[in-house]
Amino acid sequence: MNREEIVIAIKDIISTIAPDEELGSLALDVRLRDQIELDSMDFLDIVMELRKRYGVQVPEEDYMQLATLQGCVEYLGPKLESKSLVLTALKV
Amino acid sequence: MSEQRRYFRGSTDGKKPRCTDPLAQARGEYDLVVIGSGLAGLTAANVLGSMGHRVALLEQHYNFGGMATWFKRRGGHVFDISLHGFPVGMVKTCRRYWSSEIASRIVRLDGIRFDNPQFTFDTTFTREDFTEKLVTQFGVARSTVEAFFDYLRGLNYYDDPRDTVGDCFERFFPGRNDIHRLLLEPIAYANGSTMEDPAIAYGIVFSNFMSKGVYTFTGGTDWLIGKMKEELRKNGVELFNNVQVERITVEHGRATGVIAHGRHLRARAVLSNANIRRTILELVGPEHFGAEFVREVEAVRLNNSSTQVYIGIREGCAVPWITDLLFTSRRERFDSSALCDFHGQSRTFSFYYPKVRPGSARHAIVSSTNANWKDWASLDAASYEREKARLIEATLVELERYVPNVRSMADHVEAATPRTFEFYTQHVQGASFGTKWEGLRPSMELASHIEGLFHSGSVGIIMSGWLGAANYGVITSNKVDLFLREAARAAAGGRA
Ligand SMILES: Cc1cc2nc3c(=O)[nH]c(=O)nc-3n(C[C@H](O)[C@H](O)[C@H](O)COP(=O)(O)OP(=O)(O)OC[C@H]3O[C@@H](n4cnc5c(N)ncnc54)[C@H](O)[C@@H]3O)c2cc1C
Repeated sequence: MNREEIVIAIKDIISTIAPDEELGSLALDVRLRDQIELDSMDFLDIVMELRKRYGVQVPEEDYMQLATLQGCVEYLGPKLESKSLVLTALKV
Repeated sequence: MSEQRRYFRGSTDGKKPRCTDPLAQARGEYDLVVIGSGLAGLTAANVLGSMGHRVALLEQHYNFGGMATWFKRRGGHVFDISLHGFPVGMVKTCRRYWSSEIASRIVRLDGIRFDNPQFTFDTTFTREDFTEKLVTQFGVARSTVEAFFDYLRGLNYYDDPRDTVGDCFERFFPGRNDIHRLLLEPIAYANGSTMEDPAIAYGIVFSNFMSKGVYTFTGGTDWLIGKMKEELRKNGVELFNNVQVERITVEHGRATGVIAHGRHLRARAVLSNANIRRTILELVGPEHFGAEFVREVEAVRLNNSSTQVYIGIREGCAVPWITDLLFTSRRERFDSSALCDFHGQSRTFSFYYPKVRPGSARHAIVSSTNANWKDWASLDAASYEREKARLIEATLVELERYVPNVRSMADHVEAATPRTFEFYTQHVQGASFGTKWEGLRPSMELASHIEGLFHSGSVGIIMSGWLGAANYGVITSNKVDLFLREAARAAAGGRA
């Protein structure tokens, strides 16, 4: 996955968690929870989905790294490099 | 554990032994054994089953659900135990970890009322309505009310738990006993909170309720648990009722399974939904832990217990519309510890109109109080019956203020006490809402003491209630999933 695909991967996961949210216009560098309604259970779901879909482990102390889309790209980049995108909700 | 043997057969509970082996269908080994089917245990089993782990769920009672339960009585009566109300967050939790069908049955209560010597009114139990009431009826400056709500909402988990509910109330509403009652009484019924508990625990639960009001399930607890069992089976979880787990087995510092009915069921991980103190001090045993941890667990305080009175209305009779949930008290001033008084002056009534179980025309009323184990624990049989009768009578007298002809409409009346809750769920001292704040840490950190051993269930005040317990089930599932995957990977690596 490249950087653009990681953003799509995250948005796809979020769209299964928060199906009513509009994700098209999410800014990369603003905290996700300041743009859409996401609580700590939602973040936990993102972490569980990452593990389920891509086998990626995000230990609790790194949850903060996923606060923005930009943060996700940077933190997950190396972990997702060799994985291919799995889509369940979004159509590209 | 109580001396009495536990045989459950409806009206003959405790009297008739079982004759079939409830574990006859069980395999010898699972990825995970879940002990207990409270909402935390059920939700964890469902999440982990849906992730593909082989899960067995063992419950000592014949019903699943733990405190989320109901019972039936002759005359067509059905009584819900803990379906009084929960925050809107339950919709998302059910949609995500159960099914959209279950989530779609969640509806907002139509009415909530307070009636006590300090104030009487109906409320939607939302931030908007509480703000209006605090400003117009209680005469507080709007900015103070806003600041109070913002403070509570801004609290998080990592904040200092030494700021108590009482401190916080005194800062925002000094000397206003009436306001303290409005803010704390309902939450005290919902999770045992007192003035001495951390503001953070109160704040999380109170803010959850205040976001959109109080919700309930259409269809009743029996419908809900029935649907949950269907989901669990779909997700491959094997369900066993009437199975008392006697021990959690630990070998070389790792949990390896459980002993029940003389059998050793092996598992790579064990998740206990039983009371946290019982899990550590009895099911595992203190000998498997460090002395310091054992002391920490022994010092964990339990939350209060409850009493309830169930009033079944005769077929064909109807209770006029009053409200769904009524917080009532005769006490002049609010005192949070007095909510637990033996034969105290405060109670809540839940009115169950036919809308609760569509298709049925039946009405029922359930009265609940908080209660202390010690007041009921040591009564001899005759005194116990006498005190139950006294509880029933006091409840009916109060209820007549709202439903004057209730005695002629009721054809079944029955009481439950802390002993009842202890008997059916095995919570130490019949604790209704698990433990106080300090129970959270040993629960969360259990796996760092014994590999592969996890806990989920009502602890720390915030993890109790239907929503808290179900969400905690998910939080623990995340840890169990991680553990099981790593264990599988290590095993595969070992073979390669
Ligand atoms: C009277 C009352 C009213 C309530 N009202 C509400 C309400 O309106 N709204 C709300 O949100 N919450 C309410 N609650 C609280 C809520 O019901 C509980 O916090 C929640 O259901 C607890 O879930 P839990 O997962 O902790 O497990 P529990 O419900 O405590 O279940 C634990 C389960 O484990 C089983 N078990 C224990 N030991 C063993 C063993 N050794 N082997 C096998 N099985 C075992 C028990 O039988 C039980 O089924 C109420 C509670 C009470 C008592």
